[in-house]
Amino acid sequence: MAYVAIADRGQELDHPHSFVTKYIWSQDHKVIAIQYSITAIAVGLVALALSFAMRLQLAFPDTFSFIDPTAYYQSVTMHGMIMVIYLLTALFLGGFGNYLIPLQLGARDMVFPFMNMLSYWVYLLSVIVLLASFFTPGGPTGAGWTLYPPQAILPGTPGAEWGILMMLGSLALFIVAFTMGGLNYVTTVLQARTRGMTLMRMPLSVWGIFMATILGLLAFPALFVSAVMMLFDRLLGTSFFMPAVLSMGEQLETGGGSPVLFQHLFWFFGHPEVYIVALPAFGIVSDLLSVHARKNIFGYRMMVWAIVAIGALSFIVWAHHMYVSGMNPYFGFFFATTTLIIAVPTAIKVYNWVLTLWKGDIHLTVPMLFAIGFIFTFINGGLTGLFLGNVVVDLPLSDTYFVVAHFHLVMGVSPVLVVCGAIYHWYPKIAGRMLNDSLGKLHFWLTFIGTYAIYFPMYYLGILGLPRRYYSNGVTEFIPDSVNSVNVAITTAALFVGIAQLLFVLNLIISLRSGKKADGNPWRATTLEWQTPDTPPDHGNWGPELPTVYRWAYDFSVPGADKDFTPQNEPPAGQSA
Amino acid sequence: MAQDAALTSSGEVALPAGLKGVAGDWSADKQTFIVPWGKAMMWIFLLSDTFIFSCFLLSYMKVRISTPVPWPNPSEVFALSFGGDPIPLILIAIMTFVLITSSGTMAMAVNFGYRRDRAKTALLMLATALLGATFVGMQAFEWTKLIVDEGVRPWANPMGAPQFGSSFFMITGFHGLHVSAGVIYLLVVAWRVWSGFYDRKGTYETVEVAGLYWHFVDLVWVFIFAFFYLW
Repeated sequence: MAYVAIADRGQELDHPHSFVTKYIWSQDHKVIAIQYSITAIAVGLVALALSFAMRLQLAFPDTFSFIDPTAYYQSVTMHGMIMVIYLLTALFLGGFGNYLIPLQLGARDMVFPFMNMLSYWVYLLSVIVLLASFFTPGGPTGAGWTLYPPQAILPGTPGAEWGILMMLGSLALFIVAFTMGGLNYVTTVLQARTRGMTLMRMPLSVWGIFMATILGLLAFPALFVSAVMMLFDRLLGTSFFMPAVLSMGEQLETGGGSPVLFQHLFWFFGHPEVYIVALPAFGIVSDLLSVHARKNIFGYRMMVWAIVAIGALSFIVWAHHMYVSGMNPYFGFFFATTTLIIAVPTAIKVYNWVLTLWKGDIHLTVPMLFAIGFIFTFINGGLTGLFLGNVVVDLPLSDTYFVVAHFHLVMGVSPVLVVCGAIYHWYPKIAGRMLNDSLGKLHFWLTFIGTYAIYFPMYYLGILGLPRRYYSNGVTEFIPDSVNSVNVAITTAALFVGIAQLLFVLNLIISLRSGKKADGNPWRATTLEWQTPDTPPDHGNWGPELPTVYRWAYDFSVPGADKDFTPQNEPPAGQSA
Repeated sequence: MAQDAALTSSGEVALPAGLKGVAGDWSADKQTFIVPWGKAMMWIFLLSDTFIFSCFLLSYMKVRISTPVPWPNPSEVFALSFGGDPIPLILIAIMTFVLITSSGTMAMAVNFGYRRDRAKTALLMLATALLGATFVGMQAFEWTKLIVDEGVRPWANPMGAPQFGSSFFMITGFHGLHVSAGVIYLLVVAWRVWSGFYDRKGTYETVEVAGLYWHFVDLVWVFIFAFFYLW
C-alpha cells in the first residue's frame, strides 16, 4: 500500500479541553515553544547575573567580598554553559524551532507531539538539576565551561565534589531532551510539509533550524559519551581521561588515560555547537531582512547551499580549538585550512544579506534594527575568527581576551540580537499584540552600542596579552595600569546592557496586556505563519483546510503585483484556490 | 508533484528509477521519503546512535593506545574451558551466533507482518525477544566470570591495563542496555500484534520500525566484537 502524505489525509485532530492539557501537559507545538522559551530566558537571566559577578570583580578587584576566587570560577563556568546550551540551543531549537517549523511548513503540529512534550519536560529537569548544583556542598563546578579533565574532577577545583556530577548529569539529560525534540523537528521538515511546499520553497528560518538540528543530532553524541566517561572517572575511579597525576603532593591511583581525548570529543561537539546556534540565527535574520526591506532575499539557493555547506564543514574543523594542546603540525595545517574554508560560505551569506538591503524599501522597525545590528556584530566577530583560525596567529592570542571578544561577538551577541529581533517580529503572532515600539528602540540602541563598548576594547586587551579567566591581574610588568580603567569602562557598559535586557523582559510582560492589538499579518509578510485564520493560531493551526503553497517565501515588491507582498498560499493570477 | 502525476490506476505510486528518483524525492512537496513517520524517525535516531557508539569505540581505541601498561590478550581472557583445554572466544562466538540468529527471526517477523499473519508475526517476534534475552543472560554470565573469578574491575585489572576493564564494562554495558531495551520494545510490539492492535490500525509498520532498531543493535555488536574481542 502506498503511503499517504499527511497533507492528503483527512483531518484527525483531538482538541484538548482542560486547562492542564492545554497549557501545562500540552502537546501543542506552540505551547511547548513558549514553555521552552520562557524557561530558556529565565535561566539566561541567571547567567546574565553571573556575568555581572565576573565584571564587578574584574573592574573593582578586592571590593566585593562575596566574589572570592571560587565564586568567580563558578560564575565563569556556569555563565558559559548556561548561555551556550541552556539558553541559546534551547531557545533557537526548542523555542523558535517548535513554533516556526509547523507553522511555516503548513503542518498542524510536529509529527510526534507526545515526544515533543516529553522533550520539554526533560529539558526542564536538566535545568533544575543544573540550578540545584548551586545549593550543593561545594557549589557548582568551577572547571571552566569546557570542563577539561583532569582538573575538572580533582579536588582543588571548585565544585569537584558535587557540582561536576550535577553538571554532567544535567548535560546528559539535556541531550536526551534535545534528541527527542530534534528527531521531531527533522522528521517534520522532511515528512510533514503541506501541498506545494518543496524544500526549496521553505523559508530560510526553517532551513537554518533544520540544518542546526541535524548538526545537534550528530554532535551531541560526542558530548554524551564524554560526559559518561567523565562521570565514570569521577565516580568509579576509571582512567579514561586521567593520566598519572600528582595531586596535592600525592600520587593518585589513576594513569594511562588521555586528557586530550576529552578535548577531541568535547570539541567534536563544541564546534558544531557554534553552528547549532548560528545557523538558526542566519536563517531567521535572512527572513527579517527580507520582510522589512520589502525585497526578496538575494540568492536564495546560494543561501540554502551555504547553510548546508557550513553544516557539513563544521564537523571537520574542531581541532582549531586545540592548537595550544599540542598536536602534529600537519593536523594544525589541515584544521586551519578547513577553518578558513568555512569563511567562504559564511561570507556568501553576509554579502547576500547586504545585497538584500541594497536598494530595498528599508523599514527601520525594531526587528529590522536588530537584524542590521546582527550584520555588524557578526562581521566584527567573524573577521577576528580568521585571525584565530590561523595556527601561528592563534598561538599568542590563545586564552587571551581577544578570544573572549571574538567568541562573544560572533556567538554570543550576534545570535542574541537575532533572538531579540525575532521576538519583536513574531510576538504579534504569538501574543496577538504588538510590543511597545519606543521601549524596543531604546532596548536596541542600549544593547547594540553597549555590546560594542563591552567587546571592542577586549580585542585591545587581548592583543596586550591579558589572559582570560584570571580572577585578578595583580601586578605584572606586561599589563599596564590602563587595563584597569578599560575594565571599569567595560563593566559600566555591561551594567547598562544588563538593564536594557530587563527593559525587554518588562516590555514582553507589559505588552501581553496593554500592547496594541495586532492583526494577523502586521508586517505584511509572505510566509505561511502570517496567513493563519486566527491570531494567535488555534490548536491545529489552519482550521479545516491545510494551506496550499504556490510560490517561494520571498515574493516582495513583485513588478506588476497589486501589493508589495504576495503570500505563499496565494494562487497565481487567473487560478482560484 | 511528480508522484501524484505518476499514480497508476490501482493507486500504486510508480517511482522513477535511479538518480532521477532521488532528485524527484528531494524536490517533491509534502514529503521527502514515501515512508511512515515512525520509520523515518527511527532511521534518523539510528544515525544519531551510530555516532554515540562510534565515539565509544574510538575512545576505547585511543585509551588502548595511550596506556603504557600492556593490554591483556582477549583470546585468553575470553577463553572458556569445558573440562579440556580452554577454547578461545567460545562464549562470544555463541553469543554472536545467538544475536545474528535473532536478526533472522526478526526479518521473518517483518515479512509475515506485511502478509498480515498475526500469529506468526507475534511468535517470531517473541522468539527474537527470547534470543535477545539469552544474549543478555550470557553477557551477565561473562561479566560475573570476569568480576568474581578474575577480579576485573572498571578501575583496575590484574591482567594488565585498567582501561581494559573500564572500556569493556562501559561498551558492552551500553550495548547490553540497548539489547535489554530492545527486548522490552519487541515484547510490547509482539503483544500488540497478538492482540490485533495493528489489524485494527490497518498497518504493521511498527513491526518493521522495531526491526530496524533490532538489526542496528546487532550490527553494532559486530563492530564491538571485531574491535574489542578480535583486535
